[in-house]
Amino acid sequence: MSTVYNPTVARLTYKALLGRRRALILFALPLLLLVISIAVRALTGADDSTASSILGGFGLATMVPLIGVIAGTGAIGPEIDDGSIVYVLAKPLKRPTIILTKLLVAIGVSVVFSAVPMILAGYILNGNSQNLAIAFGAAAAVASVAYSAVFLLLGVVTRQAVVFGLVYALVWETLIGNLVPGARTLSVQQWALALAQKIAGDGSAVSSDVGLPTALVLLAGVTVVGAWFAGQKLRTLTLAGEE
Amino acid sequence: MTTLSIDHVSRWFGNVVAVNDVTMTIGPGVTGLLGPNGAGKSTLINMMAGFLAPSTGSVTLDGATIWRNEQVYREIGIVPEREAMYDFLTAREFVVANAELHGLANPGEAARKALATVEMEYAQDRKVATYSKGMRQRVKMASALVHEPSVLLLDEPFNGMDPRQRLQLMDLLRQMGSDGRTVLFSSHILEEVEQLASHIEVVVAGRHAASGDFRKIRRLMTDRPHRYLVRSSDDRALASALIADASTAGIELDWHEKALRIQAIDFTGFTELLPRVAREQGIRLYAVSPSDESLESVFSYLVTA
Repeated sequence: MSTVYNPTVARLTYKALLGRRRALILFALPLLLLVISIAVRALTGADDSTASSILGGFGLATMVPLIGVIAGTGAIGPEIDDGSIVYVLAKPLKRPTIILTKLLVAIGVSVVFSAVPMILAGYILNGNSQNLAIAFGAAAAVASVAYSAVFLLLGVVTRQAVVFGLVYALVWETLIGNLVPGARTLSVQQWALALAQKIAGDGSAVSSDVGLPTALVLLAGVTVVGAWFAGQKLRTLTLAGEE
Repeated sequence: MTTLSIDHVSRWFGNVVAVNDVTMTIGPGVTGLLGPNGAGKSTLINMMAGFLAPSTGSVTLDGATIWRNEQVYREIGIVPEREAMYDFLTAREFVVANAELHGLANPGEAARKALATVEMEYAQDRKVATYSKGMRQRVKMASALVHEPSVLLLDEPFNGMDPRQRLQLMDLLRQMGSDGRTVLFSSHILEEVEQLASHIEVVVAGRHAASGDFRKIRRLMTDRPHRYLVRSSDDRALASALIADASTAGIELDWHEKALRIQAIDFTGFTELLPRVAREQGIRLYAVSPSDESLESVFSYLVTA
């Protein structure tokens, strides 16, 4: 059996992710983005800077991290909370395999629910002028990978993962990231924007505070460290102490 | 032959000592882990199940350390106390998933057998979320049995079961024990353990209080001194009449409670003596109540015995 991916763990994970009420947010947010895009296009016509501010301001700054929170924490948090994770842990499976499988599922779900609607919204807004649809789609995809790892880790280490995730997504990425220039360097959103800027080209409506090489290193670093640490945490996860 | 060994194991959570220097060996057959709530039973079972590291000491299965050794799960089946399963699955899907996670060659067939063993076939295609507590318990059993483990660990398996389900599960566990499997279940109810386990381990306040044959431990429990609180129309006269008898070991006048505190060493003798003496002396008894019949006091007696 593969040591990175276990199909049964994957099946249980995505069924749990999509079967809970929280999953509605996974459908609602992309739908909202598409509705906004259609409305804006109908009311103001195609415009590159409007497209960029919707894809960046709502899509990448709000929708992507929120979907990351739902998919990342939801891939493991609820199982640890209610104790049902024992049925996966009490098996001859390496704990890092469990984490990697759950990470892959979280990434898959968040890419499907964030990058795909982002591309669609880009085409609706300005017909992929300046390559914006592809640029933001790619940015959403890499951001989804990093968010999934970070929020999966959060799901392992704390029972308040969703709360912390929301605080990070909304307060840090959206508010502080937009108000405090220095904080932007430490923002998944800015790293992803660096990729979008590269794809859209200099002089386009997209700009990031972080250079592309730095951004890619940080994205990869956060993903790897998050996944590794989550694996370690799961190895020593204790399920007792309620007596 | 599969043996679980707990060797000088302690486990603490912060400043709280949950398990204090426990040593026990659990072999084939049914063993009951008995103790009041909060005694450390779950902590012990969690350590045996590999979900918790001992702070000191070692927990091994046939010599192999259990903590951080996922290979032991080929031999261990676990029935956790907590209710939650993957409620969005049907029982069949759930048990099949467990079989797959074990890497069994034919998960479907293994699941079918396990569900038949616990007699849950009739509802196997319903979602677990719709099940009663007893049904859940049986599905948990099926998931623990699906890979035919040689060791079965059950944490408070009878909690919330109705009497019929209880008998059914007891039969099943007895069967597994006589098949030569090592079955350990925890309980805080004396009668459950009495009916099922030939061998018991008693833990009280984190300590290993007694170990061995059930009848021997039961006798210790009945033969212990009993304490009574008695109120009567003439406490002094009653006390002087009772103290002369061999069935009482001590009598104390409690001025605060306005009552007698009596320690009886011969349970049957004392229960006959008290009403007889009262009638002969013309004393009216207002209240006779055992003051230490709680399970905790029975257990703590065992610890000091």
